[in-house]
Amino acid sequence: MKLTRRTFLKLSGATAVGIAASKLGLDFSSVEAYAAKLRKDLKAAKEVTSICPYCAVGCGVIVHSIGGKVINIEGDPDHVINEGTLCSKGASLYQISGANPNRLAQPMYRAPYATEWKTVTWEWALREIARRVRVSRDAGFMSKNAKGQVVNRTNGIAHVGSAALDNEECFMLQKLMRSWGLVYIEHQARI
Amino acid sequence: MTNHWIDIRNADVILVMGSNAAENHPVSFKWVGNAINRGATLLSVDPRFTRTSAKAHLYAPIRSGTDIAFLGGMIKYIIENNRYFEEYVRLYTNASFLVNPGFKMPGELDGLFSGYDPKTRKYDKSTWIFEKDAKGLIKKDPTLQDPYCVFQLLKKHYSRYTPEVVSSITGTPKDKLLKVYETYSSTGKPGKAATIMYAMGWTQHTVGTQNIRTMAIIQLLLGNMGIAGGGVNALRGESNVQGSTDHCLLFHILPGYLRTPRASQATLEEYNDKSTPKAKDPMSANWWGNYPKYSVSLLKSFFGQNATKANDFGYAWLPKLDDGQNASWLMIFDEMYKGTFSGFFAWGQNPTCSGANANKVRMALTKVDWVVDVNIFPNETAEFWHGPGMKPESIKTEVFLLPAAASFEKEGSITNSGRWAQWRYKGGMSPGDAWPDSEIMTELYYRVKALYEKEGGVFPDPILNLTWDYGPKGGDGKINYVDPHMVAKEINGYFLKDKTVGGRLYTKGTLVPSFAFLQADGSTSSGNWLYCQSYTGKGNMMARRSRKDPSGIGLYLEWAWAWPVNRRIIYNRASVDKDGQPWDKEHPVIWWDKAAKKWKGDVPDGGWPPLSAGKSSRYAFIMKPEGHAHIFGPGLADGPFPEHYEPYECPIEKNLMNGQKFNPTIKIFSPETTTPLDVVFSCDPRFPIVATTYRMVEHWQTGVMTRWQPWLLEAQPQLWVEMSKELANLKGIKNGEKVSVQSARGQVEAVAMVTDRFKPFDIAGQTIHQVGLPWCFGWVTPPDGGDSANLLTPTIGDANTMIPESKAFMVNVVRKGV
Repeated sequence: MKLTRRTFLKLSGATAVGIAASKLGLDFSSVEAYAAKLRKDLKAAKEVTSICPYCAVGCGVIVHSIGGKVINIEGDPDHVINEGTLCSKGASLYQISGANPNRLAQPMYRAPYATEWKTVTWEWALREIARRVRVSRDAGFMSKNAKGQVVNRTNGIAHVGSAALDNEECFMLQKLMRSWGLVYIEHQARI
Repeated sequence: MTNHWIDIRNADVILVMGSNAAENHPVSFKWVGNAINRGATLLSVDPRFTRTSAKAHLYAPIRSGTDIAFLGGMIKYIIENNRYFEEYVRLYTNASFLVNPGFKMPGELDGLFSGYDPKTRKYDKSTWIFEKDAKGLIKKDPTLQDPYCVFQLLKKHYSRYTPEVVSSITGTPKDKLLKVYETYSSTGKPGKAATIMYAMGWTQHTVGTQNIRTMAIIQLLLGNMGIAGGGVNALRGESNVQGSTDHCLLFHILPGYLRTPRASQATLEEYNDKSTPKAKDPMSANWWGNYPKYSVSLLKSFFGQNATKANDFGYAWLPKLDDGQNASWLMIFDEMYKGTFSGFFAWGQNPTCSGANANKVRMALTKVDWVVDVNIFPNETAEFWHGPGMKPESIKTEVFLLPAAASFEKEGSITNSGRWAQWRYKGGMSPGDAWPDSEIMTELYYRVKALYEKEGGVFPDPILNLTWDYGPKGGDGKINYVDPHMVAKEINGYFLKDKTVGGRLYTKGTLVPSFAFLQADGSTSSGNWLYCQSYTGKGNMMARRSRKDPSGIGLYLEWAWAWPVNRRIIYNRASVDKDGQPWDKEHPVIWWDKAAKKWKGDVPDGGWPPLSAGKSSRYAFIMKPEGHAHIFGPGLADGPFPEHYEPYECPIEKNLMNGQKFNPTIKIFSPETTTPLDVVFSCDPRFPIVATTYRMVEHWQTGVMTRWQPWLLEAQPQLWVEMSKELANLKGIKNGEKVSVQSARGQVEAVAMVTDRFKPFDIAGQTIHQVGLPWCFGWVTPPDGGDSANLLTPTIGDANTMIPESKAFMVNVVRKGV
């Protein structure tokens, strides 16, 4: 299928239904039953390699999925650094997958002075954020500093994050923020 | 890390100080254990007997914030007992350089170096310079005997760091100090290696940079830089904090550690000129002399064909900081508290728990109009408006909470602490309507750009001229989805026109093979010169998975890809003698093959022949303009040699080393000068206990990812404060009861964990207690799990980096309700 930007957005929404339903299928009540099912499922699962997202040792993991649903994550025995071993966090990685009901799954909005969140669409959230970026950027824009030197920066917006992103995303993010004129750009490396 | 994880196995002595690797980088201990099995000795220096200490051959306690005293004493020991590797020191460091006779040191100036101005709290560094001859070359004394040579100055400076004085400052028993010194310095000879594993226990101090400098000096004296099993190894705590630093999501640097432009640099020429070091010595490679090639290639990756020679490659479109302006972390929340910003992005980060003086961070958020929070779980930053002490009805801030994909739900690379960029594949779908971060960025890019196209606005040029060619484009000219391979290729860089380099033609569109090919004329692009070679005509180098290791020392040159140019041990030209033969015959990193006239082994720090070749050779430390490693480091704010100063908030009235209590060059935050929340109570009887923060294996950073997982939460469900039996007795506290930990800035409730792992310190005859708390909890979840330990930490930062001093501050601990 040929993807356009619009169909991409739709598609990423459609997958929500399937994942939500599958969440109910897991049985945590019996570790044995779980292990037995996992052993069976793993034979049919798709395997890809990844790298643990916690500390920076860079341990290899194998992610097992069936039909796009992650069913297991474990240490990669071929990885030269960890040779299959993982710490307790790495060994629990499966629990940050879509199987965890606490994962954020919809954009949310908290209005000024509101006492509750409300669920919003991506379309609305992105449109509203873009507008606010423009207003804050322009309102806080400084063409020349006190000395009269050209600085063309905005003092209206600050940004922090993130060491949790991929390299490609870090590059894109700093490029985007700097194109808007931000200079207050920081992240985990400073703290 | 100058070296990498597997290389730890090559060490003879391993010092873990300023980190608790067994707990926080557990798999690193696979390689520590491997070294121990070979006969290596493990030393653990820590305020607390940690999981690392439990594995160590020797544990030495130290009061938080006194590492320079501890290590300064080691420098004295190494020099006075002739434990240094003299030939290495002479060949590769600036020990023989002669310093300006006007330079004075803390022993002469009561804790200050020459040039201090108390009004500006800055140094005039005009005496911190080397003597030069008529040709402009640095004067040297290869015998290391001249009283003004770096070596003699170093010896004089640290002669004051006697075991007695050090022990009275650090609280480390003298016999343990000497045992650590003796064991570690046993590696100051060819064929022996010692490594240091440090982390935030060294950086989160007002003297953080100098803590690491002190260790770097030790490693240089012992000849431990550039060799297998050696190096200075920062154990980075986030999976891609190395990559995010390389790509410079930081106020002061652009990708590849280029400098952010300043207001006085109006043109690209002025910017390049100011940023490019010059070297007079023909044997200095002065690699940063290539700066303009990297800056122009970066601008081409930002603005594509819109960047031309005629318009300075779009240099004018980059925002400029004022000269001397600091826009780092602590300043962001200071300015936010004062109302400077109306908008704030917290992207994959939880500053209301991770930021020092977290109450200030939380209050600062009430002063902005809007916050965009991108994360995979609910977190204390997005939820701040209904947190402890907050009244939602009076908080104006709008919050957009955007759901992101987890690491294994998208494709891309991350860079580990050993500088290895490793590729990750997409392993499954995200829940609900969560998106990869790159798609969120892309939507914001298009939508903000469209507003400026339709409605105009202030200085739209950088927004309209930015390129975003990160996927196949549809009829509307927009990319249909982000292809991370296209981003990775842009980071690597392309030839933008046909170009002949070194006699070979590279056609337009070819990926640049390595940064040696980058150009300053606009004919190449590279989003990050350090990553040039990561994705080439040979394919995605970061995705390689060959387990072959012909080196025999664990380099694995065809597993993934390491910056720079796949070099696994940096400064490796110092691992050989002047003829290019390895100091360590058992673990050679590189060696000069005389017949083939080339280097073998790891990728060398430049292909020039060894030093004995004379003029055609280059000095080993190619990133330094003089080509020699800095024992004397004149570039830092607080002095060319590290000096002990007390933490900003400390338990003793007088610095036992000199008349300056704390680092004289730190920026002071206080209720009088900054905000009412910047309170500090040093040597105050209300807060008599030293405190530090740390992590635990079951939770990660602020716990945003781990506190939502039942398996991990079951193992570690709530905040605790660890203390000695002696302190518990003094305070009438029982193990397991709830206590309140209070500082000048806030308080948290925690379960008292009374252990033998902390012991009171004897500091110059005074009994000083220390406690420690993990900082991985937060009020959102789990219920009754406690809140962030950063509610206690002060707003104060390192003199060079402004990294907050979260590892040494003062508290009180009281039973609940007392």
